Amino acid sequence: MPVSVANSSLIYTCLKDVGVRLVSALPETWLVHLIRMAEDDQSMTLVRLAKEEEGVGISAGAHLAGVKSAMLMQNHGFLASVNGIVSCAQLYRIPLLMLISHRGAFGERDPWQTEGGGVTEHVLDALRIPFDRLEAPDHVARRIAKAQTLAYSASRPVALLLGRDLMWEE
Amino acid sequence: MRRLDALRAVYLELDRCVVVTIMGAVAAELQSLGHRPNFFYLQHAMGLASSMGLGIALSRPDLTVVVFDGDGSLLMNLGGLTTLARYRPRNLVHVVFDNESLLSVGGFPTATSTGSDLAAIAAAAGIPHTSTVRTLDEFHPAFTAAVDRADLTTIVAKVEAVGPSGYVTDLSLLENRYHFQRYLRETRNRE
Repeated sequence: MPVSVANSSLIYTCLKDVGVRLVSALPETWLVHLIRMAEDDQSMTLVRLAKEEEGVGISAGAHLAGVKSAMLMQNHGFLASVNGIVSCAQLYRIPLLMLISHRGAFGERDPWQTEGGGVTEHVLDALRIPFDRLEAPDHVARRIAKAQTLAYSASRPVALLLGRDLMWEE
Repeated sequence: MRRLDALRAVYLELDRCVVVTIMGAVAAELQSLGHRPNFFYLQHAMGLASSMGLGIALSRPDLTVVVFDGDGSLLMNLGGLTTLARYRPRNLVHVVFDNESLLSVGGFPTATSTGSDLAAIAAAAGIPHTSTVRTLDEFHPAFTAAVDRADLTTIVAKVEAVGPSGYVTDLSLLENRYHFQRYLRETRNRE
């Protein structure tokens, strides 16, 4: 499976560096290595979800209880989480770090991913969620740290879109 | 059994717990008994109270977390029961007030009115301790036992479809949120 182990590892290390100790996730192809790394790490709590929106509640609870968390999900999982993001994380001013694999953009071969790929950034904009893209290894450390900083200073959700050029090796 | 009476029956025991409630009647009724800094009312995001309880329970295993859920809310997040069961936090007590209706939005019947059994669903999802109670005499000991058991428990409490006339209180959402966060921080610092 040509998902980049090196870049997944880089992302994982940066999440640890910004203090993330709980990760909620629903598996998707690009996220397999990240999820395995969380699973194999005794100092990380991994919560495997049935549906991504649960992760918003789990992260909100973790935040109020003093634990930094991140959500790992596909963009379709983000779309499935919108009400939780709006009426839990935004309403209650929860800093929420969302790492979203951006399927359905240029280079996508799976027809079923393409519709979600076209709307993800528009929905983030509509929700006024600040986001940036991780498309190259040299983006990762700085942008994760900056995203986390804004999430906490603004007490709001932020998103990082994981791009094909970073996650997939063809 | 009225939900308000059920809440009143266990109110003093909530002192030793942290509490997350769903929106609407449950939040208003618990506040009517007296708000405390260890109570958080999730005034929207239907379905996520149990997920929030899980997030707190996993992050603070030293605390007992009580979630006051409802049938309408739980039906929106049935998958969350499988996540609760999978991680089985020993410090989470999940109470579902089942009035078989969406009382806060007009009283339309939910699927529990036509036989869907939330305790059976919870048990089948893997929650290790589940029960359905119908009277105060059943509810109070079931709740106390769940808090003392130190294992994940779902109690479905069948209640009448009655509630307060209004749901907005003078406690603002963010005031509640920051007080609750501070309460959790201070209990950690006291360790």
